[in-house]
Amino acid sequence: MGSHCPHCQAHFLPPRAICPHCYSDQLEWMAFSGQGRLEAFTAIYIAPSAMIAAGYGRDNPYLAGVVALEEGVKISGQILDAEVTIGTSLTALFVERGEGEAKRSYLAFQIAEKG
Amino acid sequence: MSKKLGRGVALVGAGMSKFGAFPDKSGRDLFVEAFQDMRQSVDKGFDPADIETIYIGNFSSDLFEGQSHTAPIMADVVGLTPRSATRIEDACASGGAALRQGILAIASGLYDIALVGGVEKMTNLPTAEVTDTLAAAADILYEIPAGFTFPGFYAAIASAYMHKYGLKPEQLMNVAIKNHENGALNPNAQFGVTIPAWMEGRKAAAQKKGRPVPTWQNEMDFLHDDSANPMIAWPLRLFDCSPITDGATAVLLVAAEIAQRFTDHPLHIIGSGQASDVALHDRDDLTSLSAARRAAQEAYAMAGVAAQDIRLAEVHDCFTIAEIIATEDLGFFASGDGFKAAEDRVTARDGAKPVNSSGGLKSKGHPVGASGVAQAVEIFKQMRGEAGQRQVGRDLPLGLTHNVGGTGGTCVVHIYERRG
Repeated sequence: MGSHCPHCQAHFLPPRAICPHCYSDQLEWMAFSGQGRLEAFTAIYIAPSAMIAAGYGRDNPYLAGVVALEEGVKISGQILDAEVTIGTSLTALFVERGEGEAKRSYLAFQIAEKG
Repeated sequence: MSKKLGRGVALVGAGMSKFGAFPDKSGRDLFVEAFQDMRQSVDKGFDPADIETIYIGNFSSDLFEGQSHTAPIMADVVGLTPRSATRIEDACASGGAALRQGILAIASGLYDIALVGGVEKMTNLPTAEVTDTLAAAADILYEIPAGFTFPGFYAAIASAYMHKYGLKPEQLMNVAIKNHENGALNPNAQFGVTIPAWMEGRKAAAQKKGRPVPTWQNEMDFLHDDSANPMIAWPLRLFDCSPITDGATAVLLVAAEIAQRFTDHPLHIIGSGQASDVALHDRDDLTSLSAARRAAQEAYAMAGVAAQDIRLAEVHDCFTIAEIIATEDLGFFASGDGFKAAEDRVTARDGAKPVNSSGGLKSKGHPVGASGVAQAVEIFKQMRGEAGQRQVGRDLPLGLTHNVGGTGGTCVVHIYERRG
């Protein structure tokens, strides 16, 4: 979920409490389609602790990227498919990492179904 | 209308500790070294008791050393309590931001003499925890959960730049090769060794241990070798990244009207700019740091000079791609031309636009809170003809420093002038 400013019709993801254009605080929740295109990415070999705990690292690198959504906003996410390039069409999903109380869901993207 | 300082501010002393990994030294030990080195650099000498206020650039002594509230401790170890002492934190731009606060404090008329320091003691922690600590400089709610690390952010920036301008990953290496050439001539550098000398060292070590001796034909051969130069975050390899470093820096700022008491060769701070920006994913263009462009515009307007007037620059090369983008954001080269300038050695010490004559963050080392002040130390030495073997062999009346925090959430630019 992101937010939407009814005054200037701008969309925000992550959601904002105050519109940076008109400073309105009357923002509304807005659902995004989750469809977008890859704008920048990397394959990470030296991982932070949380990703090492999830099984990633030198022998199992993972992708992270910036995705431009069709609504005109961009967001960071893990990219689950390795066969991507800039411009690849992607679909959002949520993945779980961590055990027990540390278990959280995280935004990720995979290659959009063809057709 | 451009902004102006309330009155002139001059840089009259500059010093640093050696940069490196020092398991037996704390941040405060390193700051004492930097302070003593700064004292020796003041031509006519001065009484440290005349210092009126202290600003300390430090990113995260909290996580690196378990020590918060760092500024009074730094004031204490150099005998300067009870003077006001303030820590400035803007991630890797902490040093540049502290320098700016020192300048503003004098320009305001409140103080005549200010000590600006930078300190970071990073090597106590294992690499994964250093990675986590540095990641705290990004957005921990919306960027870090994606798995991004700092090398990862700059790697993503590099991917966008490659896509837009046709850069090839091996062309990034020209920046590393140049900065190690410069750093090899800097006695304070952490990795003060050229890449060819590094290769020879690796070969000699292999021979000594009876292991197969690598057969690299040239620098590029070495830099393509996954075992010698492993991938950190594609397309960035180890030699695209600045190291984890312990180090400290100190400079003395005074009101321009009293500068002659300290030296006949002060550097005048004629431009100062600082700007902020949103998270990387929120930016329209991932191949430029808009905070750097804005900070540079402010500094150029204040100084009344243009990019082509700058003779020497220290820029924030935390990664090789960052130096290329910095040289474009500062207006030295057009967008998409920075990597060609690096390839053509325009930014080498004997080129038309020398960049990072100190070795930069890449070779000199990157104790994050100290780096912004270390840039001013190099400009001070170069513009006064005191840079020894790495002295740029041309008149240097105008110099510039460019210090970035995070992926460009903060950028600070300063312009220095030598008169006569």
